[in-house]
Amino acid sequence: MADDRDREEAVVAEFHKKIKEAFEVFDHDSNNTVDVREIGTIMRSLGCCPSEGELHDLIAEVEDEEPTGYIRFEKFLPVMTEILLERRYRPVPEDVLLHAFEVLDSAKRGFLTKEELIKYMTEEGEPFSQEEMEEMLSAAIDPDSNSIHYRDYITMMVIDEH
Amino acid sequence: MGSGTSAQHHFAFQNAEKAFKAAALIQRWYRRYVARLEMRRRCTWSIFQSMEYAGQQDHVKLHDFFSYLMDHFTPSSHNERDFLSRMFTEERFPQDSEAERCCDYESIEVPDSYAGPRLSFPLLPDHATALVEAFRLKQQLHARYVLNLLYETKKHLVQLPNINRVSTCYSEEITVCGDLHGQLDDLIFIFYKNGLPSPERVYVFNGDFVDRGKDSVEILMVLFAFMLVYPKEFHLNRGNHEDHMVNLRYGFTKEVMNKYKIHGKKILRTLQDVFRWLPLATLVDEKVLILHGGVSDTTDLELLDKLDRHKVVSTMRCKARKEGEKQAEEKEQATQTSAAERPIPWFLPQKQSRSLPASPLRRGDQARRAGRSCSIPCGGAPGRSADPELGRRQQAGLGAPSACGAPGAAEPTQEEWRQVTDILWSDPMAQEGCKANTVRGEGCYFGPDVTEQLLQKYNLRLLIRSHECKPEGYEFCHSRRVLTIFSASNYYAVGSNRGAYVKLGPALTPHIVQYQANKATYTLTMRQRISRVEESALRALREKLFAHSSELLGEFKKYDAGKTGLVSSQLCHGQEK
Repeated sequence: MADDRDREEAVVAEFHKKIKEAFEVFDHDSNNTVDVREIGTIMRSLGCCPSEGELHDLIAEVEDEEPTGYIRFEKFLPVMTEILLERRYRPVPEDVLLHAFEVLDSAKRGFLTKEELIKYMTEEGEPFSQEEMEEMLSAAIDPDSNSIHYRDYITMMVIDEH
Repeated sequence: MGSGTSAQHHFAFQNAEKAFKAAALIQRWYRRYVARLEMRRRCTWSIFQSMEYAGQQDHVKLHDFFSYLMDHFTPSSHNERDFLSRMFTEERFPQDSEAERCCDYESIEVPDSYAGPRLSFPLLPDHATALVEAFRLKQQLHARYVLNLLYETKKHLVQLPNINRVSTCYSEEITVCGDLHGQLDDLIFIFYKNGLPSPERVYVFNGDFVDRGKDSVEILMVLFAFMLVYPKEFHLNRGNHEDHMVNLRYGFTKEVMNKYKIHGKKILRTLQDVFRWLPLATLVDEKVLILHGGVSDTTDLELLDKLDRHKVVSTMRCKARKEGEKQAEEKEQATQTSAAERPIPWFLPQKQSRSLPASPLRRGDQARRAGRSCSIPCGGAPGRSADPELGRRQQAGLGAPSACGAPGAAEPTQEEWRQVTDILWSDPMAQEGCKANTVRGEGCYFGPDVTEQLLQKYNLRLLIRSHECKPEGYEFCHSRRVLTIFSASNYYAVGSNRGAYVKLGPALTPHIVQYQANKATYTLTMRQRISRVEESALRALREKLFAHSSELLGEFKKYDAGKTGLVSSQLCHGQEK
């Protein structure tokens, strides 16, 4: 139906605009390239929540045959548009995130100690770098109890987003 | 191996897997959160930087416009010619002789009630330290001492070469600081954290001491005082803001006039002189080059070393031209092929629909475009001319054919002027090549190949420059061959960036020290810091939009032919204009 096609075209156009805007923030020399290390930030700012592994795969897809350390907009745009259209790498809803914390908090105390959080974040999953760990702790830690009340933490982060 | 154990194993494995998955989920979510924060931070930064550079662009555009008017205004009479030359000559009084200069400050009385610092010359280290302390206590230096200090400073500067040479054999370490922009708190902090200047502690301040911040005068006083006290161990490079034309717009002129209501003008005039005599660069052990902006693909250190730096009064674009040569150039223009891409000045009708200078010029074209020699003094040179005869001729009007570029002339050649402008205004870029710096309106963008070429040509190891604000106070680029060092913390807003200075030890390896003068921001988390800076940026942007609201409304109305009061996303285009 012509209407559907129009609607899809409008959606694609909207995506193109968003992707271009996000890309331009990191295109310092205004030559339609960004440093490959910024691709993750760009993707995530567009609403996607890929894992590090998924990110690496994506980068491989948008890199030039001879990797230059830069990603060109012409290659990035179609791939990213596809991702947005397919709604790939959607972020998990709050309650799933809460559940994840609860899994780590086997004793169901409502909090994780600093040591526990560090252990999980730096040894499990796709480990944090020291910088990432410190940054998370600075915001998450309740200095009096030296622990993370994850329910409050999640709420605080989510409010921030909006 | 009973089934019990394997069930336990299975259970344990499941738990481990769950923990792994849970952790991975949290990490994934957290990284996305951080990325969005980073995006906000970048946008905020862009807002601030765009406003900063747009201001600069405006300034240059205005300057271009008036220069163009002057260029194309043909004086029809002797009177008009006189008027023209007088307009360009800042010196409204007959040439001051050195004797008169001497009396400038001596005649100023300092009342007994004055409680501020008193200086006597020659300065001693204690005086300089006392000055820092006095300023920390918010005292103000009396105009008489300001002028006296400036007078002594100029006497010292005149003896210095364009490129200061420093060696690490005489001192243990060298500390290089970047832009301060009138932020006295940062300077005091640096001295507090790194130690006061001394024969063992060499300092190099890399330009942009003034403008924007509120204590530019005090910073200059401290820097000049230490330079007089430790002439061999305290070095200053000129920045693009050590320029009276730039100061007019960015706050320094205003600050001086506010603080020194009676003698402000005299101080500014003297400062004009002092700025022109600031060295252009510092070279450490013949290996590390320190200059304010950057380099271009035509940067010639030998030429820079030899030229008369005081002839470059201002690096704001100066396109004065001679009568005779104007016709010659017009003829040249006619025969020139369209292969050369010349930008049409922004205020003339454009052949294509573009805004600011057309596509970035190839460097050669830019040289050709700017290649008009000058005889109308730009920014006022006559008073300083070494040759009084020449000065008189210039004051009489146009038509001093040998004025430009000839030895003893008061004007730099176009090439000399460009060399100096390039090193004071250029910025590094990631891609190779060298193109005109259209964002700032002066200097160029230089790529890693240009850096490499220059370093190899002069057998250098590192280029240290400033000129650009960086979130961490410093940034390496071009495979760590270029270091940007910026010492004004919280430059855009409280929490926007750290300041930094770099120390070079005997091996000349750079060691960076960061700080943020406002202690409160240290304890904030990244998230809170970004929120605050964001608020400042949005507030500033709101003010700017409000200031231009009538223009914006006009633009929007253009797009709203149907008077519906609705405008689509085309409004972004309108805002850009």
